[in-house]
Amino acid sequence: MSEPRTLLAIDKVSKNFGRVTAVDGISLDIRENEFFALLGPSGCGKTTLLRMLAGFETPNDGRILLDGRDIARTPPNKRPVNLMFQSYALFPHMSVRANVSYGLEMERLPAKEIRSRVDAILATTELVPFADRKPEQLSGGQKQRVALARALVKRPRLLLLDEPLGALDKKLRGAMQLELKRLQHEVGITFVIVTHDQEESLVMADRMAVLKDGKLLQCDTPHAIYEHPADRFVADFIGVMNFVPGKADTDGVVAANGMRISGKVPATLSPGASAMASVRPERIRLFPSGETANRTTGTVEALAYQGLDLQLHVRTPLSPKPFLVRVTADAADRRPVASGDQVELGWDAADVRIFAE
Amino acid sequence: MTRTSRSSLLMAPALVWLTALMVVPCALVLALAFFRRGIYGGIEYTFTLENFGLVFDPLYASIFLNSARIAGTATLIAVVIGYAAAYAISAAPRRLQPVFLFFAVLPFWSNYLIRTYAWIVLLNREGLITQLLRWFGYTGEPPSMLYTEGAVIAGLVYNYLPFVILACYAPLSRLNPELAEASRDLGASAITTFRRVILPLTVPGIAAGAVFVFVLSIGNFVTPALLGGGRFQMIGNLVYDQFLTANDWPFGAALAMALIAIMLLVLMAQALAANRASGRTAQAGGDTDG
Repeated sequence: MSEPRTLLAIDKVSKNFGRVTAVDGISLDIRENEFFALLGPSGCGKTTLLRMLAGFETPNDGRILLDGRDIARTPPNKRPVNLMFQSYALFPHMSVRANVSYGLEMERLPAKEIRSRVDAILATTELVPFADRKPEQLSGGQKQRVALARALVKRPRLLLLDEPLGALDKKLRGAMQLELKRLQHEVGITFVIVTHDQEESLVMADRMAVLKDGKLLQCDTPHAIYEHPADRFVADFIGVMNFVPGKADTDGVVAANGMRISGKVPATLSPGASAMASVRPERIRLFPSGETANRTTGTVEALAYQGLDLQLHVRTPLSPKPFLVRVTADAADRRPVASGDQVELGWDAADVRIFAE
Repeated sequence: MTRTSRSSLLMAPALVWLTALMVVPCALVLALAFFRRGIYGGIEYTFTLENFGLVFDPLYASIFLNSARIAGTATLIAVVIGYAAAYAISAAPRRLQPVFLFFAVLPFWSNYLIRTYAWIVLLNREGLITQLLRWFGYTGEPPSMLYTEGAVIAGLVYNYLPFVILACYAPLSRLNPELAEASRDLGASAITTFRRVILPLTVPGIAAGAVFVFVLSIGNFVTPALLGGGRFQMIGNLVYDQFLTANDWPFGAALAMALIAIMLLVLMAQALAANRASGRTAQAGGDTDG
């Protein structure tokens, strides 16, 4: 694979509304043809950042370089960037075809070219049978595809998607996640998606940025962020994590009950400082057979079958919240456990992540 | 009690009221139009169609046309000013909008006659406007503004502007602001966005406001009488004259019927247009949550 080329460089961008800082000095590079996710809880600044990329907000500070050219002050109708709105914002007085043609008419393209490009995108998004309908006659999923077609037909350098699946029900959402990914691959356009749903970005994104309070916490591949979260917030926000509070020492964290959780202590953490040791539910083994660096016993409080695997809530002396443990249905069949059972848990030092509290 | 009987009970007072005060008087006026005028005034109860023939007499027809022209001009001006004001109000911060709307309808809280008299004070030869011009150093002849067609139009626009503002504000405030953003995002300029997205979606409000101004203006007789000084007769004045000065009630009734017919035609045209557009207005605001 060739060296990935930077398409969009966000360079120390800040935006405040009155005294509220919505985006605080964020720098990010988005690469050509990647599926990039901006992830964070509501109010983290992801939507403001997206609106600055679209041109609806102007940063107070910093640059936004598209292909090396600063577009921070270019009006929305003059940048090769399109936004798919969360509300879809389809023009209610126009048919599906008129909605999709609108952006090409603005480019003053010949009618013949508009027609053929619109026909092509309607076919790609499977909207041909609905071309003459008005938006009010469409289902949520169909509206979403019209919004997507309307933006894609412009062949933007960058397509922004604001919570694109937020209005769909859970089942349709799962199908559309894959559909979006397929479409992105097919059209070869860089997608930047804004979402508060960490699962969604893990599934769809090539790379993602986690934002909180207007600041960038971490930017990497979903796998890297899941396995090596930059801080406690990211560890908690992405996926499920068990936390053990305690004090750092040279080889791990000493919990309140005196037990040490072994793991690699970050250099920034001095011995004696408050710290959090953490481990993912799927890294914990039930009744570990061999040697494990970390071991504890606990009482099963609840079990939940989730098809392929079984999730246990285990009360341990290590933390005030019960441990979440995920074991495969296979393993659970070999040695069945029930609510109230005493169980032994074990996990390796390599699976422990330690953060400053 | 069944659903229908309950709802007809609730509707009864309004029906009685409308029948007694609208349908019956209108029927009486209509009947009047088919009788002959007595030699010394009064009514001679013999059937005739003469009164309606007279309505189409060039003299009176020209007054109809004149009225339509004045009402049309007032409507056009009121719609342009009112739509702009409604647009500005709908773009203001949410919590300030009711305040601006309150100020827009404030003139309604005073008497129509008093408001119109205030315009005489303004437009008089030595009125406030002339004095203001003098204060700025103007020494020439005082401009003649009162008793002109312009004064009548200004008075009509002033009186009916709040209707236009309210009628246009409703669809503008319901418009999902993301529609305008989507248009800009797709490459449209601000002007194109207005022409192709905002305007078409708010036409029903414009139509409602325009019909209001036109219908109220074309039948108006107070404003032309006070600000036009009797020199610019509109149908309203003509009807007034027939009943109270010329004592020709049957002809006055025929004129009134012609006026009502014009108003009904305008209202029907608007209802038809609104009916056709209702699908898209319902959508204009309701699309926010997909």
